[in-house]
Amino acid sequence: MSKSRSVDGKWPWVFVLPTFLGVLAFYLWPLLKTMYDSFTETGPFGGATWVGAANYSQLIGDSEVYRAIVNTVVYTAIVLLGIPIAVLFASLLNRPGLKGAMVYRTLFFLPYVAMPTAISLVWRIIYNGEYGVLNQALGVIGIDGPSWITEEWFALVAVALLGLWMSIGFNMIVLSAGLKGIPSELYEAASLDGAGSAQQFRSITVPLLTPSIFFLSVITTIAGFQLFDQLFALLGPTNPVMPKTQSLVFLFYDAAFVGNERGYAAAVAVLILAVVGLLTLFQFRFQRRWVTYD
Amino acid sequence: MRISSVVAGVVLAALALTGCGGNSGSAGDAGVPDDPAKVKGDLTYAIWDVNQQPAMQEIVKAFNQKYPDVKVSISLATFDQYFTKLKTQGSSDNLPDVFWMNGPNFQLFAANKQLGTLEGLTEAKQVDPANYPKALNELYTLDGKQYGVPKDFDTIALWYNKKLFADAKVEPPTAEWTWADYKAAAVKLKAALGPKGIWATGDSLGNQANLYPAMLSNGGYVIKDGKSGYGDPKSVEALQFWSDLVKGGFTPNAAQNAETRSQERFFDGKAAMMWNGNWVVSAALKSPHKNDLTVVPLPKAPNGGRKTVIHGIANVMSAKSKNPEAAAAFLAFLGGKDAALIQAKAGAANPAFTGTQTDFVNSAPQYNLKTYIEAAEQYAEPYPVSKDTGVWNKLEIDELVPALGGPKPMSEVAPQIATKMDEALGKEKK
Repeated sequence: MSKSRSVDGKWPWVFVLPTFLGVLAFYLWPLLKTMYDSFTETGPFGGATWVGAANYSQLIGDSEVYRAIVNTVVYTAIVLLGIPIAVLFASLLNRPGLKGAMVYRTLFFLPYVAMPTAISLVWRIIYNGEYGVLNQALGVIGIDGPSWITEEWFALVAVALLGLWMSIGFNMIVLSAGLKGIPSELYEAASLDGAGSAQQFRSITVPLLTPSIFFLSVITTIAGFQLFDQLFALLGPTNPVMPKTQSLVFLFYDAAFVGNERGYAAAVAVLILAVVGLLTLFQFRFQRRWVTYD
Repeated sequence: MRISSVVAGVVLAALALTGCGGNSGSAGDAGVPDDPAKVKGDLTYAIWDVNQQPAMQEIVKAFNQKYPDVKVSISLATFDQYFTKLKTQGSSDNLPDVFWMNGPNFQLFAANKQLGTLEGLTEAKQVDPANYPKALNELYTLDGKQYGVPKDFDTIALWYNKKLFADAKVEPPTAEWTWADYKAAAVKLKAALGPKGIWATGDSLGNQANLYPAMLSNGGYVIKDGKSGYGDPKSVEALQFWSDLVKGGFTPNAAQNAETRSQERFFDGKAAMMWNGNWVVSAALKSPHKNDLTVVPLPKAPNGGRKTVIHGIANVMSAKSKNPEAAAAFLAFLGGKDAALIQAKAGAANPAFTGTQTDFVNSAPQYNLKTYIEAAEQYAEPYPVSKDTGVWNKLEIDELVPALGGPKPMSEVAPQIATKMDEALGKEKK
């Protein structure tokens, strides 16, 4: 039986207060401040002047913004491919009786726990057009590889492949947990009815994993739209291909810390927030059609 | 995991992106420390070069013998993050008390009233600008007030690999070389060494080491009276010189530089010569080919002109230091002869204090580093800067350098850069 509000008094508020203050200071305030800044012209050391929607009209007229949106979408789309790959690997690793499953799982998870910048620097060497091991390997099978990190589109693909590779470990952990939640009776029943492994995978594993897949696609999309560190470390800020490969967050960084236009940078940040918010909303709306909750 | 997680995700995304606001106050003046024993307080000294940290620590130790009650802690950030960090600290009035400054960022900090002037220190003869190269004092002066005490300086000269020249049977460079000689040698070097995967030149197409010295030598300019010099015909000729070298395959283009920095090619014995500054000395000493390398003055432009830019780091102090007396005392000490000699002996940097460079030159006698000192004395011009240098430096990186060696002639590309740069310079004046 629940007590009435008057009996609880102020105590619930006291308990909530620390968290509430934290959220207020570190989440809501910066969010509101950024929104406010996006309507101002703010220099590198502060000193804001209200300029109305000027930053947003600059944003609409900036061709770099459109290119950055395209690049970010392409990047995110490629990294999303990591989910089906991870579904496949996770279900293979989850097959009963597989020896050394923990070892494989650790190996797949390693890239996720390593520092993105450090990984990017290693891949920078792998991708090197003249001396890189990737092009040496391609050379063996008769393919003259491109300059991965300095050619338009190739550079973006190179960054995305790295992102995909790094995402697989985390995806697999989440999916493994999802797989463990599928009752084994379902598989037993299916094999009694004569379903092979392929059909079991299609009719049981994938549908029952859809909540995990949905979760991953939301998380991956949000992370994809925050692409910055791999891009920065893999290509380098003085790379001639950077203007054609930059992401939205790179644009934000550039405006805030190189161009010293904090107001415009805030407008870019609000744009990213809006795009991520819309995409996430869309994903939630769309989930009813394909996500199975039991 | 319904709507609440969406909100959390979105808020997180926003958080990752939020910038910082803040406010600016008024510029402070450097106070003059009286009796050293009475000066007390804690100071933070921010620097960006890990190679120079030991020398800086030694300077602090020497400072503490004179001022025992001032505690200086050194704060190190890598160069890529250094100015981002400083700007953030500045916007919340938390700048380190004393810190390194460079030319491109100086006016931004000074004009936004983040730095203390040297007026108090110069009046009390604690700092005498006459001790440093004139071009460096000018670099750190804004509206008639000097803010920075020059710490070190760098100029540009021609590095070459003696062994590669001998292998290719090409006469090594001399102080009398012209651009034509440079190019003629590049043709021969490419013919002899190209098949072995060795470049004739390893020029990184950087503004400081390549573009500016060439433009100035040829009688052009980078910035004058708030206007861009990229459209000047003499500047264009100089840029065309680099463009032709790239086009001929004598030196790597911007993309090849982004993959492997040409300076690394040179130190790996994969390029025979390059224009570069004295800041590469420590890298040269680590090269497997270190004994094959040496330095001569830059080649002369067709009109006989020879110029280099001179740049140097300066020590500055925050306008809002909580211990202004201690900060001023430390700044004065950093600008003194003792601190300069400590730097020079460590081979860390070429000190700016006139007459203290001998130790730096002797730290690598095989490289003839006197060339750099003579360049500073005889044919150096101040490093070009404006109030918001970073904005047009980005134009150089994004649009000019990638066009070198490209299909469009510099007479078409460079004036476009000039227009955009003038636009950026116009915005600064607001």
